[in-house]
Amino acid sequence: MTETAAPALKPTPLHARHRASGARMVPYAGWDMPVEYSGITAEHLAVRSRAGVFDVSHMGEIEIAGKDALKTVQFLTSNDASRLKTGQAQYSALLTPDGTFVDDILVYRMAPSHFMIVVNAANTAKAVEWITAQAKTVGDAAVVDSSARYALIAVQGPAALDTVQPLTGADLGSVRPYWFTYGEVAQARALISRTGYTGEDGFEIFVPPNMADRVWQALLQAGHATGVVPCGLGARDTLRLEAAMRLYGQDIDERTTPIEAGLAGIVGWEKPEFIGAERLRAQRASGAERRLVGLEMSDRGIARHGHAVLNDGAPVGTVTSGTQTPFLKKAIAMAYVPAALTTPGTVVDVDIRGRLSAATVVPLPFYKRPRTV
Amino acid sequence: MAYPSDLKYTKDHEWVRLSGDTAEVGITDYAQQQLGDVVFVDLPAVGTGVTAGTPFGTIESVKAVSELFAPLSGEIVAVNERLAQAPEEVNTRPHETWMVKIRVAGGAADGLLDSTQYEGLLT
Repeated sequence: MTETAAPALKPTPLHARHRASGARMVPYAGWDMPVEYSGITAEHLAVRSRAGVFDVSHMGEIEIAGKDALKTVQFLTSNDASRLKTGQAQYSALLTPDGTFVDDILVYRMAPSHFMIVVNAANTAKAVEWITAQAKTVGDAAVVDSSARYALIAVQGPAALDTVQPLTGADLGSVRPYWFTYGEVAQARALISRTGYTGEDGFEIFVPPNMADRVWQALLQAGHATGVVPCGLGARDTLRLEAAMRLYGQDIDERTTPIEAGLAGIVGWEKPEFIGAERLRAQRASGAERRLVGLEMSDRGIARHGHAVLNDGAPVGTVTSGTQTPFLKKAIAMAYVPAALTTPGTVVDVDIRGRLSAATVVPLPFYKRPRTV
Repeated sequence: MAYPSDLKYTKDHEWVRLSGDTAEVGITDYAQQQLGDVVFVDLPAVGTGVTAGTPFGTIESVKAVSELFAPLSGEIVAVNERLAQAPEEVNTRPHETWMVKIRVAGGAADGLLDSTQYEGLLT
């Protein structure tokens, strides 16, 4: 018998800080990451009512620059990047020729011919390879994996602006959602983006790795009086699920298309040809056979990733994400079901470890933050 | 948190409070820490027979599902109904929050650990 040692987990620039602070650490996508600090429920509620600070340095950053950078991004991503002004970001996807997800991404326009693509940690290597190979077929643009050049800290919640603003000279109030600016945060040069993965207002702050601990500490200190807390991936997952933000590897993957995932809005239907367009147009014309829906459990029990969805006793779909949510205090889930079962109010069954529990189709998202003008 | 000396323990991190032929069963402080915030406890109906070392229910935290293993063989004679409304009591008061009461069949209490042995297991 041979034993193969698991590859060593990668530490983020904040790894020592998480350890020293007593965070519970777990392996995630090859990284040793904090899953919880004070507890998932407490962290989740802090983000909904005040703010939380997350280390998301495991995310990958890929830059595309050069004469044909826009043309390259347009061909490689689903959304219409020509609509981005410098300083603006958009949710988008890398697709296979079948129109399925290589990854879901954020595209940042740093300059007219310079883009940054933020990819999921688990997909960074795959995305770098995919983008590099495809870019060569388009024209003159350099593709650089700059993941190691950035630590990424997210500050999320209604108190995010008040937490970050005192640490920077940049006027963050004037940065609209899905826009970004540059500035110093706690004396670290930073790209500050009004984006996030929790359903709340907030910022994602890209800083040099050697400044990450300084910025992390400054943010927690600035937010200490208002109850801003460090958060782990556990709360990030329950927060994003309440907000119905899709998770790659569960809700979307190389077997699902944006149309099936309810993300047709990130497809630039009017733009020039891009990878996967043909299949997506065909699917849009014929209609997707299955779609991602929200489920709320009507019976007791919690639907989880991988549980079967049944209709009249026959398996018809699969739960992709599910949990008991700390804020809404209900068992919610997302699942793929046949198009005929997607109308809100439709009742299906979920097979929870051999027992059927009724669930009702509900509109997504489960949670929408109250917006102040 | 100290592990009370009037309780018996299992390697699966359950505790047992024996009085006469009835045993209250819960999970230990170590177990609740490992699970994180408990949101759902699924327990069998009163009258159900259970066998030592086999699952009798499930406990779910926000992130994960775990099985509850019967520390003793016997019959479920009571279920803690409070847990349907307040599963978080498993986190806040682990050694006071029983889940089921088992009427123990025979001398099945062999093999349970005392608090010193259990603490030894955790170090």
